[in-house]
Amino acid sequence: MSTTRYEAVIGLEVHVQVKTASKMFSRSATGYGAPVNSLTDPVVLALPGVLPVLNRAAIELTVKAGLLLGCRIAPRCKWDRKNYFYPDSPKNYQISQYDQPLCLGGSVEIELPGSARNVMGEHKSIPLTRIHLEEDVGKLNHGSFDSLIDYNRAGTPLMEIVSEPALQTADEAFAYLTALKTIMVYGGISDCDMEKGQLRCDANVSIRPVGDPNLGTKVELKNLNSISFVRDGIAHEIKRQIGVVTAGGTIVQETRDYDGQTGQSQSLRSKEQAHDYRYFPDPDLMPVEVDAAWKARIQATCPELPFDKQRRFQSEYGIPYTLTSVLVPDRALSDFFEEAAKAGAKAQAVGNWIANDLLRELGAAKRDLAHSKIRPAHIAGLVKLIDADTLTQQTAREVFAEMFASGETPDAVVARKGLRADQPPAELEQWCRDAIAADARSLADFKSGKDSAINAFKGPVMKAAKGRANPKLVDETLRRILATL
Amino acid sequence: MSAAEPSGSGVPPLQSGDLNIDHVANLARLALTPAEMQKFSEQLGDVLKHIAELKEVDVSAVEPTAHAYPVVNVWAADVAAASLPVSAALRNAPAQRDNMIAVPKVVE
Amino acid sequence: MAEPLYYRSIAELATGLAVREFSSEELTRTVIARTEDLEPQVQAFNSRDQEYALNQAREADERHRRGIAASPLDGVPIGLKDVIAVQDQPLTASSRMLANFVSPYDSTTTVRLKQAGAVLWGRLNLDEFAMGSSTENSGSRRAGQPWQTRNPWDLSRVPGGSSGGSAASVACGEVIASLGSDTGGSIRQPAALCGIVGMKPTYGLVSRYGLIAFASSLDQIGPFARSVEDAAILLGAIAGHDPLDSTSVDAPKVDYRAELKRQRGPWKLGVAKEYFSEGLGREVGDAVSRAIDYYRSIGCEIREVSLPHTKYAVGVYYIIATAECSSNLARYDGVRYGHRANDAESVLDLYFRSRAEGFGDEVKRRIILGTYVLSSGYYDAYYLRAQKVRTLMRDDFVNAFQEVDAIITPTSPTVAFKRGATASPLEMYLNDIYTIGANLAGLPAISLPCGLDREHGLPIGLQIIGPAFQEARLLSIANAYEQGHDWNRRRPGGVPA
Ligand SMILES: [Mg+2]
Ligand SMILES: [Zn+2]
Repeated sequence: MSTTRYEAVIGLEVHVQVKTASKMFSRSATGYGAPVNSLTDPVVLALPGVLPVLNRAAIELTVKAGLLLGCRIAPRCKWDRKNYFYPDSPKNYQISQYDQPLCLGGSVEIELPGSARNVMGEHKSIPLTRIHLEEDVGKLNHGSFDSLIDYNRAGTPLMEIVSEPALQTADEAFAYLTALKTIMVYGGISDCDMEKGQLRCDANVSIRPVGDPNLGTKVELKNLNSISFVRDGIAHEIKRQIGVVTAGGTIVQETRDYDGQTGQSQSLRSKEQAHDYRYFPDPDLMPVEVDAAWKARIQATCPELPFDKQRRFQSEYGIPYTLTSVLVPDRALSDFFEEAAKAGAKAQAVGNWIANDLLRELGAAKRDLAHSKIRPAHIAGLVKLIDADTLTQQTAREVFAEMFASGETPDAVVARKGLRADQPPAELEQWCRDAIAADARSLADFKSGKDSAINAFKGPVMKAAKGRANPKLVDETLRRILATL
Repeated sequence: MSAAEPSGSGVPPLQSGDLNIDHVANLARLALTPAEMQKFSEQLGDVLKHIAELKEVDVSAVEPTAHAYPVVNVWAADVAAASLPVSAALRNAPAQRDNMIAVPKVVE
Repeated sequence: MAEPLYYRSIAELATGLAVREFSSEELTRTVIARTEDLEPQVQAFNSRDQEYALNQAREADERHRRGIAASPLDGVPIGLKDVIAVQDQPLTASSRMLANFVSPYDSTTTVRLKQAGAVLWGRLNLDEFAMGSSTENSGSRRAGQPWQTRNPWDLSRVPGGSSGGSAASVACGEVIASLGSDTGGSIRQPAALCGIVGMKPTYGLVSRYGLIAFASSLDQIGPFARSVEDAAILLGAIAGHDPLDSTSVDAPKVDYRAELKRQRGPWKLGVAKEYFSEGLGREVGDAVSRAIDYYRSIGCEIREVSLPHTKYAVGVYYIIATAECSSNLARYDGVRYGHRANDAESVLDLYFRSRAEGFGDEVKRRIILGTYVLSSGYYDAYYLRAQKVRTLMRDDFVNAFQEVDAIITPTSPTVAFKRGATASPLEMYLNDIYTIGANLAGLPAISLPCGLDREHGLPIGLQIIGPAFQEARLLSIANAYEQGHDWNRRRPGGVPA
């Protein structure tokens, strides 16, 4: 019995809400969680007589997304009406871009899971077809006997990012969405909160025998409303299709709904029920032209891409992959690190303090980085003091806690609390003498040539110093005294 | 998918007989009685016959006119303005509940 | 001039109000009384709100008292076609679909009229959603009976359409002037049939925000008045760039009324043979010929021009206009506002039946045609091709305007026809042949009265089409004709004087 092996071909259509203050075609405010139907105006509700007016910022942010993803920015694009009736769509057409999208081509760099957590995985470039700009629809709330419509979301600017059918596994899809989301958040283009519907994903999945250059019949998966559900839904669909084909069946072109809770999918509609959208240019809107100067101005606002930054952090600051993979995905955190490292402190130590202590404390205090009283200069100062042996690991933690609570500079904390380990307290000599006097056996051991016996005195000295003594100084002082005995 | 789908190598389908009124009325979400379908088919058949005269015109080198006075980059700054009060938004609603428009239950 | 207040011109009324010969409240009450007298016969109004108008009139009087009148329109009753939104007033498009709709917002034109101090008197009848040429397609009802506007010159005849109410009301003194909308002739043709002045401005000169859309790339709001000067005053009040309409053009502001006195010709005027083809009534043709002779007599040069693609105008128009309308009218679905069918079992059922019950036949026909020409596989053959022929039609005009300052044509092939005279939709559509070109090319065009037909004494309209944004020139050319004739001072005989 011959067993054909199959491979999957996956393309993703990702809708990303663009972060603007007002809607795509009117100046009604955008927002999530406002009272139902409180974010509307005559345009959003498609009242008789209204007209759309483009939101310049939405165009600019989409161009920015395109530039970040290496797209060609179309010198001219236009607006089309996509006609279909659905109760969440107030005009019963969606203003979108059909044959002249704003951005063409481009790619998303993804990282697949490594062999272990501290090992960087394989990187791949997933080509994009296009990015276009359109408007979101309202939200249907289903009751037991009716459906209720809230138009707050309607008209929110929405980017549709379409990949080539170039992904091969569910893990790649997961990595693609993770990378895309990081870039969008980096660029300030969207917050990409999937729970708030700011990022939504449909997947086109087909299978074919390994090596076959032809594409199989594709199935569209809808309502994949978390990145994990995207991965699970695609994995489920690949398995389902292979099951159908190996059982002698054929895949039918259809749209399926994947339920992340049950892990099951069901058919929504077949190809025969496909829409006839009757696209035509929207006579109410004028084309948009992006010239070189405008593009350059937007380019100037584009941040370094996350993976580029990760590679640079490793080479420029010599910090390990694991540390960069904590710092880099959060743009603010990586900027925080870089500012501290640039202040001349040891980068690895700076990174460790941020990735371990600062993140832990912020988490415990339920505070975000923007509201942290510790600023990059604090971390840099702290690491420098440790480096200069002014602070011990133990005193450094105390200084950190003070800084976290009050925002005082490390120098101020050290001065106020007298924590300088390199300027020993006058009592150090006496503490050492007391420790030696209290432990005759260790003194004897030391004198008999057992050098490590000296360590027995250090504990009591440190205890007396309440941890604020420089271990090197303690050692020197003990040896000086022991030499006289 | 391209807007300017090639219309094929043959003659463009400019024949009134092509009007499948049942299909088109379905797309337009219009319930028509059989008598209306009959009447509209005949009337629009005449109109389509007249329209078919456009076939005579050589448009091979002509750009379409989408706007009488084309300008570009007409937009507004992204500044949120006041929204309609909920009461005004729902003022003309045929059916509403909990400040939302009510429709028969949608099952997709 | 012993004419009653309701027949006086805006210019005359503005003077009377300014010198406090009468108040706006008196004027408005006179107009209201005239309306109440004539409406049972003329049926031009879908709705009217006396208190609303009288309040505005009293406010206008207060401004006149304090010497701060906003414009020549301050205190003058103006009617609006019932497709122009006025906040807290009904807006029906003469459709059962919107029979109970109340607008929560003002159109930009409404805002401008309010700023000019105009008294908004009534919402005027039309062919449903502005689709028609007779106002017989109105879905308006009174006590269950169709509410069909009559021609004040002969109540057995139509006023033209789609802005039939706007034309009839001005012709018989129910309002001083009015606004209509023109997609394929809906201002000019009823103006011609009712013996008044009507103007369609250049596409983009007047904001469409708050105008119920029929065909977005063709629709324009424009004035109806009993003189060219009044049309100029009203146009001046509503023209100008609007950031709420992306197709509104940021053109320099023009004082059209002042230009009437400044621009005196002589002009080079074009006559296109394609506009004097078969189907043109003899009386109409003769009247237009006499008008051409008049222009020649005042020193204008008359040249023949050619607009060779005119024969395709109706075909191009009915593809583009219906395609756009099929999409524009998709929002009338019974969900958020408007007519909703009872006891719908599903949303689909609600859509199908609400739209079937809410729309009349002409609207349904056009939605079907427009849906068809956009549907899969037909886009190139119909819509795209029509857009290309539209380019050729625009080019025809561009070429002609290299030669001439304006083009003179008849407005409509015939005078007002009998109500209920059954014509097939195609015959009706072909009636628009002379007016459609200006819409497809986005050009300004004006119709003014140029005679009465000898058989019935019905008005005949002369159309003048000009280059884009040359409204001042068009008005001046029209004014030159009006100065030498008194057609615009003839009053309709179908109603009491
Ligand atoms: Mg899509
Ligand atoms: Zn989309």
